[in-house]
Amino acid sequence: MVEAIALAQAWELQHDDAVVVLGQDVGANGGVFRATAGLQSRFGAARVQDTPLAEATIAGLSVGMATHGLKPVAEIQFMGFMYPALDQIVNHMSRMRNRTRGRLTCPVVIRTPHGGGIHAPEHHSESMETLLCHIPGLRVVCPSSPARAYGLLLAAIRDPDPVMFLEPVRLYRAMRQEVTDDGRALPLDRCFILREGTAVTLVTWGAMTLETLRAAAELEVHGISAEVIDLATLSPIDSGAILDSVAKTGRLVIVHEAARNVGLGAEIAAIVAEHALYDLQAPIQRVTGFDTIMPLFKLERDYIPNTQRIIDAVRVTLQ
Amino acid sequence: MTSVAEFTIDYRRILDPQGNLVAPLPKFAEDLDQVIAMYAAMTRVRVFDTKAINLQRTGQLGTYPSSLGHEATHIGVGAAMRPEDVLAPVYREFGTQLWRGVTMAEILAYWGGDERGNDFAVPRHDFAWCVPIATQTLHAAGAAMAFKMRGEPRCALAYIGDGGTSEGAFYEALNVAGARTLPVVFVIVNNGWAISVPVAAQTASRTLAQKAIAAGIPGVQIDGNDVFVVRQVVGEALERARRGGGSCVIETLTYRLSDHTTADDASRYRPQSEVEQARAFEPLVRLREYLLRVGAWGDAQERSLLQDCAFEVESAVAAYLAGDAQSTDAMFDTLFAALPAHLREQRDAARRYAVKRNGH
Repeated sequence: MVEAIALAQAWELQHDDAVVVLGQDVGANGGVFRATAGLQSRFGAARVQDTPLAEATIAGLSVGMATHGLKPVAEIQFMGFMYPALDQIVNHMSRMRNRTRGRLTCPVVIRTPHGGGIHAPEHHSESMETLLCHIPGLRVVCPSSPARAYGLLLAAIRDPDPVMFLEPVRLYRAMRQEVTDDGRALPLDRCFILREGTAVTLVTWGAMTLETLRAAAELEVHGISAEVIDLATLSPIDSGAILDSVAKTGRLVIVHEAARNVGLGAEIAAIVAEHALYDLQAPIQRVTGFDTIMPLFKLERDYIPNTQRIIDAVRVTLQ
Repeated sequence: MTSVAEFTIDYRRILDPQGNLVAPLPKFAEDLDQVIAMYAAMTRVRVFDTKAINLQRTGQLGTYPSSLGHEATHIGVGAAMRPEDVLAPVYREFGTQLWRGVTMAEILAYWGGDERGNDFAVPRHDFAWCVPIATQTLHAAGAAMAFKMRGEPRCALAYIGDGGTSEGAFYEALNVAGARTLPVVFVIVNNGWAISVPVAAQTASRTLAQKAIAAGIPGVQIDGNDVFVVRQVVGEALERARRGGGSCVIETLTYRLSDHTTADDASRYRPQSEVEQARAFEPLVRLREYLLRVGAWGDAQERSLLQDCAFEVESAVAAYLAGDAQSTDAMFDTLFAALPAHLREQRDAARRYAVKRNGH
């Protein structure tokens, strides 16, 4: 997936002079995960620039650049380091268009690794999408395969508004897939149905699609047909696709790596409760990270929901 | 032991508080029409300021930050900038904005609670008011980065207050401006007080200008109540930045003669004697003294100017008060380029429950 992310950035750098890639170590080093590998040597140090080691600088510069004709694609090296940038994201990037009534806009993409599972140090494995989804004026996107990373990142860079692009670290190298480098974007604000089914709807995103698809495959062996939906755009939520699926299956399990309390699963459950309560044949289940601090890596596999937890939750809905 | 770094901070002033020249007259000031234009602009913003406070006191405007006492800094900066340069204001620099083409009606609209005030007809490229302290300094650096990348001979200028120089964003902006030789000028308006906290409690730094030194860019302190030196020094800084010479910091020493905002009562924390003392150094008096001395000004001109200003302000206030109210749709219409589905539903709900209103 990491090569697909570099390919999408290269495509846009090649085809849109306004696009600028910036961040810590994105230049000669090509990013600590290699997501910008080769871009600086191909497009030069002005268009692919290393910034000082300061996240507020990265976000604040992006606001200034975007309001003056550029399209910054910024990398925050790890999601746990994003907090100093939130002031700029919340107070300016997300509201620039609205507060100037469209006079100034912020077509910025902020890419950042998301989630755990790769034995990284402390503060390197967070899943904080809920913080971002709560901010009006932002789009939050999280791809679950190389092809979707490529197509959704192209769409994010072309979008006229700010997009937070969360890249599941477990998928950077876990999954190999041929990606056609044809500059074709995928739609934002849309779910992807990864597997069709009739008995239960599983909604998930990012790296948790791996465990969820595995659970669905195992459930099929036992004669249970599960539909798997990749949310893909976490904000705004594609409610229609979820409601259509629940109307068909009558059961809903939401799977996410982030902590449960006020997590995105709660919002999805609320949408279904508001609009489709009578389609439900069983209470909604959530399979999530615990409301604890993300543990250091010896315990991270106990934190991240596994396939069995998802299967057990599905069985609860079928009782 | 050897010294590996040394620095000095210069202080500059051209017009002293009595209106005497204490340094050579700048070239622009040889043209008396230009000096009169700056004096008129300083008077204009002061008349506006008085009216805005009255509007707030009578419930016709929201919280408003007075610019009383800052006129020389604000007009000097405005006169030094080119129209194509970009201003990143804090929220008090009305003089600069009026000089650059923002209208009184726009200022009143924003502080009257209407985002359309941020939609300046002129200049379209300036940043809007920035309430989260110091964040605007990074926007100016980003705009400067864009100009530099495109090879445009333009500069960005960011204002910041004395209190704002304690913020991390300020240091980050100076740092990146120095590290990347960006065409951005930072003007620290040191008016002595960050709401209730005096500069001495803010920092042990002898000057705020010297905060530039750690970023590898020059810093200078000037008399912020002397419009000649403000225009001259800011102009020099902008031209240097425009030629590729990079960033700098200018600390303008002035004094906040008003409360912090209309929601503040400075008598709780600031001795009145200090304010009275500061009045002796205020910016309009010295410039008027200068103009009188060179025979370019008189009572008749002063009366006529005040009449013109009052007329302009009253017209702007009338336009502001007669303005139509935004509908609830306005909360939604410019949130995104295209409104997502769930927000269309919320917009409809807002319409159904909208408070009936007519103008102000």
